[in-house]
Amino acid sequence: MTLNITVELSGGAELLFDNKKKHVVNLPTKEGDVAWTLGRVLPWIRDNLLTERPELFMQGRSIRPGILVLVNDTDWEIVGELEYVVENGDNIMFISTLHGG
Amino acid sequence: MPVLCQTCGGKAILKRPKNGKKLCKECFYNVFEDEIHQTIIQNKLFNPGDKVAIGASGGKDSTVLAHIMKVLNERHNYRLELFLLSIDEGITGYRDDSLETVQRNRLQYNLPLTILSYKELYNWTMDEIVKQIGMKNNCTFCGVFRRQALDRGAWKLKCNKIVTGHNADDIAETVLMNILRGDIARLGRCTSITTGQDGMVSRCKPFKYTYEKEIVMYAHFKKLDYFTTECIYSPNAYRGHARTFLKDLEKIRPRVILDIIKSGEDMSIKEEVKMPTLMNCSRCGYISSAELCKACVMLEGLNRGRPLLSISSDDRRKNILKMKGNDINDVKQGTESVSAMF
Repeated sequence: MTLNITVELSGGAELLFDNKKKHVVNLPTKEGDVAWTLGRVLPWIRDNLLTERPELFMQGRSIRPGILVLVNDTDWEIVGELEYVVENGDNIMFISTLHGG
Repeated sequence: MPVLCQTCGGKAILKRPKNGKKLCKECFYNVFEDEIHQTIIQNKLFNPGDKVAIGASGGKDSTVLAHIMKVLNERHNYRLELFLLSIDEGITGYRDDSLETVQRNRLQYNLPLTILSYKELYNWTMDEIVKQIGMKNNCTFCGVFRRQALDRGAWKLKCNKIVTGHNADDIAETVLMNILRGDIARLGRCTSITTGQDGMVSRCKPFKYTYEKEIVMYAHFKKLDYFTTECIYSPNAYRGHARTFLKDLEKIRPRVILDIIKSGEDMSIKEEVKMPTLMNCSRCGYISSAELCKACVMLEGLNRGRPLLSISSDDRRKNILKMKGNDINDVKQGTESVSAMF
């Protein structure tokens, strides 16, 4: 069984992911498994999709401050940040703001 | 179970950092645009008939700025004539790409575009300057040259005002930087929404109270096209420390960004404090608080192979600039060790 989501990157964040802006991800699930909250998905992305400089993506257990997270085009602060439980078909987007204006 | 917009009950898509309010797309657009309009009106930034040059780099802030200026100018009938003004500092791989974005902006917003380069103005590109001075103090040179370049560009276009996309995060970072470095003089000036009124063209920042997060979200939802790479020289910039600190603070209490700006405003220079008188640079005629303007001092240093001249103390600089060619070499021995400190 898998949980299928798309991960999108923008604002320069794609540079940490082999310059690919869109990734299709299949998260493995089993009966009785702990839920895939964003708190679990973020480190999974860091360990499986990121190609360089993990410290520029995550800080401690969460996203590096300065990178915005959108779940289905909604500010993640609205849906519960790390506590949000990811659903099949969700789109998670990371927009970096850490560059010149 | 979707979270509802606190203004209209629609589907909320954003939580505002300044007050935690949850808003839907349309309400967000309205409040974003209206707050900037209020900033413009309350601070009397423009007069009807003003010719305004928009400092455009192709980045997120200036792209949204161009869009907003066009929208508000038409919606509220400011009666401004708008121009896009871009400066090419000559940074390979960074600036050439972002200028392509500005060309696209020109077509999208239907605004005339002028591009000025450091090479034509000063005969030095930033790449050449960095080769000479090394990887420290780059932003110091670039900032001084860019400000003057914008002024000259605006003057060339017969504009009386320049607008730049500096946002609340930028200004809060500047306040922090000036506190950390004990730069009282700059601290007193850095929160002014309008600067340079004594010169040829005045500069203002309509985004002074606008959060960077909201600018990025606005651009994202409105699908505004902008350029997203970091300047290749920025990793060594001091501002990076202030930025990291500010982002960590924002995570704990988002209101902090506006509060730091307010503190900076409250720390303005007292009336009684003597301010330098303004005159014209004896070499290029630009507005200056000393006989030679900062840009000319920097260029003098670069051209004489003593690039850190502008960063050394006043007395040493005055003495070196007074000397002719040969005498310089005698002083060289003594100042070599001082330069090494920078």
